[in-house]
Amino acid sequence: MESHATESLLRWIVLVPLLAAAVGGLLNRRLPKQVAGLLACGAVGVSFALSVTVFLRLTRMPAAERFVSDTMGTWIGFGNLQIDLGFTMDPLSGVMALVVTGVGFLIHIYSLGYMAHDEGFGRFFAYMNLFIFAMMTLVLGENMLMLFVGWEGVGLCSYLLIAFWFNDEANAAAGKKAFIVNRIGDFGFLLGIFLIGTTLLPHLAEGEGLFSFRTLQHHAGIMAPVATAICLLLFLGATGKSAQIPLYIWLPDAMAGPTPVSALIHAATMVTAGVYMVARMNFLFVLSPTAMGVVAAVGVVTAIFAATIALTQNDIKKVLAYSTVSQLGYMMLACGVGAFGIAIFHVMTHAFFKALLFLGSGSVIHAMSNEKDMRVMGGLKKKLPITFWTFLIGTLALAGIFPFAGFFSKDEILWKTFSSELGGVLPWALGFLAAGLTAFYMMRLVVLTFFGENRASAEVKSHIHESPATMTMPLVILAVLSLVGGWIGWPHFMGGGAWFEQWLAPVFSSGHGAAAHGAAVHGAAAGEAVHDTMMEWILAGASLAWGLIGLGVGYFVYMKKISIATSLRNLGGGVPYKILLNKYYVDEAYEGTFIRPGYLLSKNVLWKIVDAGLIDGLLVNGSALVVAITGSVLRLFQNGMVRFYAWSFTIGVTVFVLYLSFSG
Amino acid sequence: MEITLTHYLLLAMTVFLTGMVGFVVRRNAIVMLMCVELMLSSVNIVFAAYSRFHANADGHVFVLMNFAVAAAEAAIGLAILVEIFRRRRTVNVDDLKALME
Repeated sequence: MESHATESLLRWIVLVPLLAAAVGGLLNRRLPKQVAGLLACGAVGVSFALSVTVFLRLTRMPAAERFVSDTMGTWIGFGNLQIDLGFTMDPLSGVMALVVTGVGFLIHIYSLGYMAHDEGFGRFFAYMNLFIFAMMTLVLGENMLMLFVGWEGVGLCSYLLIAFWFNDEANAAAGKKAFIVNRIGDFGFLLGIFLIGTTLLPHLAEGEGLFSFRTLQHHAGIMAPVATAICLLLFLGATGKSAQIPLYIWLPDAMAGPTPVSALIHAATMVTAGVYMVARMNFLFVLSPTAMGVVAAVGVVTAIFAATIALTQNDIKKVLAYSTVSQLGYMMLACGVGAFGIAIFHVMTHAFFKALLFLGSGSVIHAMSNEKDMRVMGGLKKKLPITFWTFLIGTLALAGIFPFAGFFSKDEILWKTFSSELGGVLPWALGFLAAGLTAFYMMRLVVLTFFGENRASAEVKSHIHESPATMTMPLVILAVLSLVGGWIGWPHFMGGGAWFEQWLAPVFSSGHGAAAHGAAVHGAAAGEAVHDTMMEWILAGASLAWGLIGLGVGYFVYMKKISIATSLRNLGGGVPYKILLNKYYVDEAYEGTFIRPGYLLSKNVLWKIVDAGLIDGLLVNGSALVVAITGSVLRLFQNGMVRFYAWSFTIGVTVFVLYLSFSG
Repeated sequence: MEITLTHYLLLAMTVFLTGMVGFVVRRNAIVMLMCVELMLSSVNIVFAAYSRFHANADGHVFVLMNFAVAAAEAAIGLAILVEIFRRRRTVNVDDLKALME
C-alpha cells in the first residue's frame, strides 16, 4: 500500500459524540437539563472543530495526496482476510464530515429550545449524539464494513428518534416502518458487500485490507465482470436509505419524530448517506453503464414523482418530506449521469436549506401549539418575522433562484444531465419539470403558512410567539449558508472557478483500474463533457425563469385567486387530485401486494404448517416420541432378575470370546 | 507323567466353568459371589502357569494384584449382602427385584 499521512485526531471526531451519548444516555434523568444539553452540544461542537482542523490540514496538502488516515488496529484478521478498524478523510468524506457535524451542531443548539419542555430531554440528546457517532462512522470509516456499521447505526438512531414519542401508537408504527423498509435495502447492500468480498479475496496481496476503499479502488478492474450486479445491489441499499423509488415510503411517515430530527436525519444527513455511498463507490459504478442508467432513471423518476405528491399535501412537514425525496432524486440523477461531484454539492446545499426549512417549520409548529396542518395556519409573517424571512430564503434556495445556494447545485445537475453522454433531453426535461413544481409547491406552503389571515382558533392564536434565540440563531446562520453556500461552486461559464467540483475531482478521477475498463464511461464521469457555454447560459436562464414562474404562479393562485386552486382540484372529476392527495396509493398497493399476502403466508403457512406442524410437531414432539419408543423397548431388559442379567452377561461374553477366537 | 502347560489350562478351565455355571444357576447371592471368586481364581491359575512356562515374572505380579482386587470386591460384596439380609431377611436374588425398570 502507498504510504500516507496519519492523523490521530480523526478517531476523536467519531468517538467524542459516542462518549457523550454514553454518559448522557446512562445518566439520563440524573443529569440536570442544562448539563445534558451542554454535554450533547459540546460534544458535537468538539467534533465539528476537529473536523475543521483536519479539513484545513487537507487543504494544505497537494491536490493528489489529500488523504489522512487513523488506524486504531485490526478488526478482523485471519488468512489473507484483513479488515482494519480505522478512519480516513479525503476531500469527499471531509466535505461530508463538515456538513454533518456543522449542520448537526446547529440543529443540536436549536433542539435546546425546541425540546426544552420535553420529558425525554436527556434521552433525546443521547440519541442525537449516538446518531452523530454513527453518521461519522459511516462517513469516515476506512472500509465498506465500517461504512456498513455506521449505515446500520444511523438506521437504528432514525428508528429510535422517529418513534421518540412512542406513547402514540402511530409514531411507533412509523418508526417500525422506517426500520423494516430500510432492512430491505440493507439486505441488498449486504449482498453487494459479500459479492465484492468473494470476488476480491482470492486476488489480494498480503496485508491488503479487504473492503478498504483504497483496495477496492485499486482493484476495481477485477470486479469489472460483476460490476453491474454489485452496483445494483449496493444501489438497492441506497434506495432504502436515501428514500428512492421503490423504498421511499418510510420517509414521509418518518415526520412523526420531533422536528429537529426531521431536519437532521431525514433531510440534511442520514438520507444523503445513499448518495454518499454511490459517490464513494464511483469507481465501480462507472464500470457499469447499466447500473448508472438505473441510478439516473430511478433518481429522475423519484424527483418528479415526489414533487407531484408534494403539490397536494396539507401537513407542512409532509410537503417538506416529499420535497426531500424529490431532491434526493436529483442527487441520484447527478450520480447516474456521472456528475458525482455535483451530487455531493447538492447534498451540501440541500443540507443547508432543507435543514433551514425544517427548523423553520418546527418554529412555526412550536408557535402554533403543535399544529401541523397548513389549512389552519396563515398570517404568521408579522408574528414570526425571523422565522418568515429565513424560511423565505430557504424557499428561494430550494426553488433554485439565483444567487441562492440551490440555484448553483440544481442548475449544474440539470446541465450535466443535459450534456452528459449518460443523460439526455428526456431526463433533463423531467428534472426541469420537477424544478418548476418544486417552486410552485414551496410558494403554496409559504403563502398558506405566512400570508393572509390566520385561520387558527382564538386559543391557539393567543399563544403565537416568535421562538427563543436558541431556535432563531441557527435559523439565521443556516439562512446565511443557504445564501452564500452555493457560491463555492460558482460555475465556469458565469466566471467562477467551480471550486467545489475541483476540490472533489481527485476522488472521482483516480480510478486506476477503472481507467482501462471503463474508459468510455469514465470521460463523462470525470465531468469532461463537452462545454457549450452558450447552451449553458440558455439552460441556466431557463431554469431560473422556470423557478420564478413556479413561484409566481404559486403566489398568484394561493394569494389572489384561490378559485384556480379549487377548480384545479375538481379537474377531471377530482380524480387526479385524489390520486395525488393519497400519494398514488403506493402504500395501499404495497399493503395489497406485500403486506397482506405476507401476513396470510405467515399465518397460514409459516405459523400453522411450518411452526406448528414441522417444528413443534415433527422436530420437537417427534424427537420426544422416538426417545419414548426406544425406551419402552429397552425397558424390557431392565426386569430386575439378577439371574437374567447373569445369563445375558455370560452368553454375551461367550459369544464375544468365540468371535475373537474364530475371526482370526 | 510330566505336568505341562496344557494341564494347568485344563484345570483353570474346569474351575472357571464351575464358577460360571454356579454363577448362572444358583439363587443364593453368597454362592454367586463365591462363584465369581472361583472364576477369578481360575484366571490367576492361567496367569501363574503362563508366567512359569514363559519364565516371565509379569504374570505373578498380576496374580498378586488380582488377589488384592478380589479381596476388595469380596469385602464390598459381602458388606452389601449383609446389609440386604438385615433389611430383607433373604439373600435369594430372585426376591431382590426393587431395581427393575
